[in-house]
Amino acid sequence: MTSITLLLIAFGLALAGWLAARARAWSFQRETDARRLAARPNYHGWYVALWIAVPLLAFTVLWSLIEPALILQSVLASPAAQSLPAFGFERDAILAEAKAAAISGNLSLFNPAAESLVAPYVQAIQKYRLIGIGVAAAIALVAGTFSFLRVKPDFTARTRVERTVMIVLLLASLVAILTTFGIFASLVFETVRFFGMVSPIDFLFGTFWGPDPMSNPDNPDPTRYGAIPLFWGTIYIGAIIAMIVAIPLGLMSAIYLTQYADPRVRAWLKPALEILAGVPTVVYGYFAALTVAPAIRDAAVAVGISSASSESALAAGVVMGVMIIPFVSSMADDSIAAVPSAMRDGSLALGATTSETIRRVIVPAALPGIVGGVMLAISRAIGETMIVVMAAGAAANLTANPLEAMTTVTFQIVAMLTGEGSFDHPATLSAFALGLVLFLVTLALNFVALRVVKRFREAYE
Amino acid sequence: MSDAVINETGMAPTRTEAFRKRLERRYASERRFKLAGLSAVLISVAVLIFLLGNMTYNGLGGFQRAELEVTIDFPASGISGDASTLTEEGGLQALQIQGLPDVVAFYAEQSLGAEAAAGVSDEAWRDVAAQLIDNPQLLQGSHTFSLPATDNLASGLKNEGSAEMQALADRLEAEGKLSSNFDPGFLARADATSPQKVGIWGALKGSILTMIVTLLLAFPIGVLAALYLEEYAPKNRWTDLIEVSINNLAAVPSIIFGLLGLAVFLWMFPNFRSAPLIGGMTLALMTMPVIVISGRNAIKAVPPSIRDGALAIGASPVQVVFHHVLPLALPGILTGTIIGMARALGETAPLLMIGMRAFVASPPDGFTSPATVLPVQIFLWSDEIDRGFVERTSAAIIILLLFLLLMNGLAIYLRNKFEKKW
Repeated sequence: MTSITLLLIAFGLALAGWLAARARAWSFQRETDARRLAARPNYHGWYVALWIAVPLLAFTVLWSLIEPALILQSVLASPAAQSLPAFGFERDAILAEAKAAAISGNLSLFNPAAESLVAPYVQAIQKYRLIGIGVAAAIALVAGTFSFLRVKPDFTARTRVERTVMIVLLLASLVAILTTFGIFASLVFETVRFFGMVSPIDFLFGTFWGPDPMSNPDNPDPTRYGAIPLFWGTIYIGAIIAMIVAIPLGLMSAIYLTQYADPRVRAWLKPALEILAGVPTVVYGYFAALTVAPAIRDAAVAVGISSASSESALAAGVVMGVMIIPFVSSMADDSIAAVPSAMRDGSLALGATTSETIRRVIVPAALPGIVGGVMLAISRAIGETMIVVMAAGAAANLTANPLEAMTTVTFQIVAMLTGEGSFDHPATLSAFALGLVLFLVTLALNFVALRVVKRFREAYE
Repeated sequence: MSDAVINETGMAPTRTEAFRKRLERRYASERRFKLAGLSAVLISVAVLIFLLGNMTYNGLGGFQRAELEVTIDFPASGISGDASTLTEEGGLQALQIQGLPDVVAFYAEQSLGAEAAAGVSDEAWRDVAAQLIDNPQLLQGSHTFSLPATDNLASGLKNEGSAEMQALADRLEAEGKLSSNFDPGFLARADATSPQKVGIWGALKGSILTMIVTLLLAFPIGVLAALYLEEYAPKNRWTDLIEVSINNLAAVPSIIFGLLGLAVFLWMFPNFRSAPLIGGMTLALMTMPVIVISGRNAIKAVPPSIRDGALAIGASPVQVVFHHVLPLALPGILTGTIIGMARALGETAPLLMIGMRAFVASPPDGFTSPATVLPVQIFLWSDEIDRGFVERTSAAIIILLLFLLLMNGLAIYLRNKFEKKW
């Protein structure tokens, strides 16, 4: 690989530049002991090393992008390429095989047509490798000489190196913006393509979900792309069943641990609860599918509900609720801790019992924070994937019966993108539209929740 | 009881019967409330214990496999070789050419009888070959090998398979020829189609390679971004935008990162589908905000006097941060990094999106070869119909949880060790 060679060259030359510049700076210090250097010798070294490394790295990136195209061009120009099929899959396969053979040196080829192309490939790869290394050496020489000549006793190398450091720091923090932008752009781009085939109204308000990845992509049936059942399944599992489990257990745990528990007991129980949050979701999913779902079905059959499905919204929701408990409890813990102790003490001094104080003073005072925490928990639950993938089932049902299989947005994203469908098919693209909806909803929930929590915190300060 | 009597102070009676009853009700409700709180905690902990116990109970069987005792008399079999010919690379092929598979099948029939010999896995000769390559001395005499049984016989041993297999397994077990033994190969093999042959090493290696990529990308970027935002960033709209997007990214569902990886990274590098490189890049974007947020808290905790002291003796702002603040904040940053990495290690959904769910039967060679990771392996095995996979899946879960426990333990140790009061 040329790019790895180039990287090694870059680092080698940069190191050489660093050593040379540092040695030269030391020699200044010895020769002109009357005058002090404007920067320590190490900084001179770094200055030269950066001047060599940065352009070389930029060139390496650029070269790794354009080199394959140049090689391909040169191979296609060779006489052996005349016999290739005009275009399409077969041509690509032949070219790829010839290239692999040229790189690995392994000449046992599957496709005889590729054989004559190996030699042009070897030539082209060698030619462009030499060109690449030559250009890199030239860049290093020019940049290195230029920067090395600037190494003088009164040259302020440090400020220049530090300016580069600041740029690197700024770039690192821009990665977050870039990622957000990348997420948004990729989701929107694919969603727009999807909405070109299926109208947003059919998608957002239709009540039947049943995309067929094998159907003709040019003529999709918009009535099969109604996402309402998915939204309902997501809300039912993540925001209703899971919260019925998580809110009482989480809130009561937080109250017990902050108001009643002995500090030594709390020191053990709180981390134990937090372990629940650290268990990977695939483990919860397995637990839900293997243990909880059959148990729920057996229980339902035992009480006479014969229609109970082995994949149920209840199993997924309950296990998801368990997963969310530590999250709710730590958010509630924080907002209870933020209630001024004067309010609690005042209530107790008036003769209220501890539970009355908690129910009538502390919880109402902490309520905005608790509500914010619950909203964050909901946003986490509706974005959760593995539990529903493993336990909730694939059937898009618009029902309130928790014993039936139900499907969610995240389940369908996984199902649509891990299938065999092509990337231009509306069934595949619908996953991105679902992803966009999920992204926007969780973002809105988080945003509002954080505002609520923040607003509430300020009230007592 | 003289409730109606007015006491000496002349006040209205308080200790009336009604008062006492009310008080008792209030105390009872107090007790109930406290009990409800306690049971909420206990239910949560009980679920955790049940979950872990369930996995351990199921999983311990996953570290074992059913093995049949087969005695092979090598001098009589005509197989030859020594340390020089039975090398790592050529040994397996040399033994195959000499007819080792047939020899193993023949002696299986000799040792076990025709009916039971069919219970020896077809690939069992590879186990024999591996042992011969390790120790060519075995060829000098006869030796008893424990060879993997077929899936049918293995489930018969667990009283799950067909009736005749159960009978056969019971008979062989009574004769001492069939037993469940600890299977060290489970930690050394990769994915396979039969539960008797699968191993976890392929997925574990994939996880390790993926984590290396994640760490190499997320740690420097996260730390540098945290330094910039905490130490240098001016208060303006751009900084706010960076802050908001970092906080948002920390709350974005993980599957969305998978969609990003699919749309952007696989578009940029279409040849590296299901490679640890792409998986690591995707997880790095997810882990980076966690590192930035914990890093900022750690940097904030370094007292300003350290910075002022360094500035006062002439250090530049960059020197202050890299020589003084960063070393002091590093333990805190590391703790946050380990926690973020633990989360990334257990993450499944984004990796499904970028195609790491492929069947990969050999451990990955490097960052660009197809691989799978532990949680995805668990997901894939959980889909298998064969009952033998249930135990294997739980065993893989035990290994994953052990790794997570180890990482979290390390994070807690670091936090306690470097906890400072300034």
